[in-house]
Amino acid sequence: MVEDAGYSEIGTPKPSDSGLSLEGRRSFLGALLTVGGLFVGALLSVPLIRFALFPLLRQTTELKKSAVGELKEFSSLTEPMMRTIQIEQVDGWRKTVSEKAVYVTQDKHGQLCVLTSICPHLGCTVPWNKEKKQFACPCHGATFAADGTRISGPSLRGMDTLETSVQDGQVLVEFQYFRQLVADKEAIG
Amino acid sequence: MHPTPKREGEIPRPQSGLWGWLNRRTGLDDLLRSTLDEPIPGGARFAYIFGSGLLFIFISQVITGIFLTLYYVPSADHAHTTVAYITKAVTAGSFLRSLHAYGASAMVVVLFLHLSQTYFYGAYKGRRELLWLSGCALFGLVLAMAFTGYLLPWDQRAYFATAVGTNAVSEIPWIGESIKRLMRGGTEMGTLTISRFFVAHVFFIPACIFALVASHIFLFRKAGAAGPVNEDPFHSKQRVELFYPRQVLMDLSLTALLIVGVGLLCFFVPMQLGPPANPADTQYVPRPEWYYLPIFQWLKYWHGSAAILGVLIIPTFLVLAILALPFLDRGVERRPWKRPAAMGAYAFVMFSLVGLGLRSQYLDRHDSGVAQQLAKQRTEEDDYARKPFEPELSSASLAAANVTLADPLAAKGKTIFEAQSCNACHGEGGVGTAAAPALVGTKTKFSPDQLAEVFKHPTAKMYTSGMPPIDLSPDDLKALIAYVESLK
Repeated sequence: MVEDAGYSEIGTPKPSDSGLSLEGRRSFLGALLTVGGLFVGALLSVPLIRFALFPLLRQTTELKKSAVGELKEFSSLTEPMMRTIQIEQVDGWRKTVSEKAVYVTQDKHGQLCVLTSICPHLGCTVPWNKEKKQFACPCHGATFAADGTRISGPSLRGMDTLETSVQDGQVLVEFQYFRQLVADKEAIG
Repeated sequence: MHPTPKREGEIPRPQSGLWGWLNRRTGLDDLLRSTLDEPIPGGARFAYIFGSGLLFIFISQVITGIFLTLYYVPSADHAHTTVAYITKAVTAGSFLRSLHAYGASAMVVVLFLHLSQTYFYGAYKGRRELLWLSGCALFGLVLAMAFTGYLLPWDQRAYFATAVGTNAVSEIPWIGESIKRLMRGGTEMGTLTISRFFVAHVFFIPACIFALVASHIFLFRKAGAAGPVNEDPFHSKQRVELFYPRQVLMDLSLTALLIVGVGLLCFFVPMQLGPPANPADTQYVPRPEWYYLPIFQWLKYWHGSAAILGVLIIPTFLVLAILALPFLDRGVERRPWKRPAAMGAYAFVMFSLVGLGLRSQYLDRHDSGVAQQLAKQRTEEDDYARKPFEPELSSASLAAANVTLADPLAAKGKTIFEAQSCNACHGEGGVGTAAAPALVGTKTKFSPDQLAEVFKHPTAKMYTSGMPPIDLSPDDLKALIAYVESLK
């Protein structure tokens, strides 16, 4: 009976004994195929969705931690030491490597800390003045102590410290930019 | 499209609910019925499943292809990196790319089966010339898709196979060299070749395929299914079975087989990406994808003055013969055993193709030099595939790095530039910031003397916007100027 279900003469399908059972069988199969099709379609779209949602599942842009130097190099600091770090910024399938100057120094508790050389006033690069034993910004004259705290000038806060960690004897730093012209340190980007 | 046959004693379809609402506005129900009620003389058969199998693979290729372009960049600089990113970094990327790559092979296989079935069944007879021609054009377009898509990953294999492929075109007398240049976008393979192949692969050929698939299906429904080999090709006489349900189920069985088969292949043997194309590699032995091996082997036999015969005359003759088939073979006889000439020609072409392909494989295996090199290439591919993904260094980083290497004076100038905090306002590498203009390209505007003057005595306008006078020793000033002039 199943083999005969769809047979008919050309153009005029044969009416079955009861139209209901033929229609019923066809629509049951139709529902089965629809459900099956939807299921297989959903299954096949799993890799597509995972592929498209990759940026949600993983970090596609990231800032790698930069090595500042060996921890023992900084064991007997007498004044801030300038270091050029390489910043590797990964953006999808490309990466940008740039260089930035940072200062390795000691905070007021004598702990090792790393300062960004970017002035929190208007973003100039702040050099260390050996004679005066302070940081002095060449642009607008802001001055800071060896631990980065503000001494004088137009800056509203002290120099910004960077997130530091030590791994296998290496000092690593997470480079960041901070909002200028505000009293509180606020990371951007 | 056929009008829905009016059924005797048919119970009218309920036209209520969402489906009824939609149907009154779109006629979807009628469309679905006329699609599913396609009459098949002689009843459903497994021999007829290949056409819808092809349609399924084509749709799958379109979808996977669109998703791949989410990450792919068509340029000689980035193509390989982005495909490596897809394969090694993106979730499900390797699987999706494998689906697309193996899908191409599956397409060629099923297309070949579809063509063979049509040929064996004499289904091109009975006012089906246009149907046959559109099918032939689709075959050509699918091969063109395979050829253009093969280059896009821009790995060694892709680069050299396409170099050989486009070189073969230049063997065509008179116009061959021009066609090659047109395909490559120049005399050599390069970034313009990728652009051209990409546009052909993603826009141009698919558009043609869409149009031709539509006309192929339209012409098929106009002519009607040809039915079994003992059926009259003009006026079918055997009782018909509708496409739905049995033929649909048979067609779906091929689709299921393709999903499972290709899916397992992609999961367990993902398509590899080799090392990036290196045009300077003179050792590389290029080999095309398996379905192009017969042509590859064929072209080896034709050189010099005979080339015109093997490269142009014989292939043209063959293609014309295939295209003209329904015009030449006009008898109503469809049974293969009553068509010895047609079957003989098919067997001859098939044996030639398989023979050429096997010969190519045999030669590769028995030439120790080639076999060794091919083995080495496979090892290099495996090695590359195992390496983790390495992001591409952006050109900005390269420019910054280059300056330190180029000129010692400029290198010294760079340290002064940074020590003097020039970079604070003019940006790293003098690219400029909101605070101060870019210094890139200064060399074309100012002489070194003019620069020295402006450094020592900035103009009033510069001074008020924050540029301090620079107080340096003459040597340091010279270095700084050398650095600023080096910025490009």
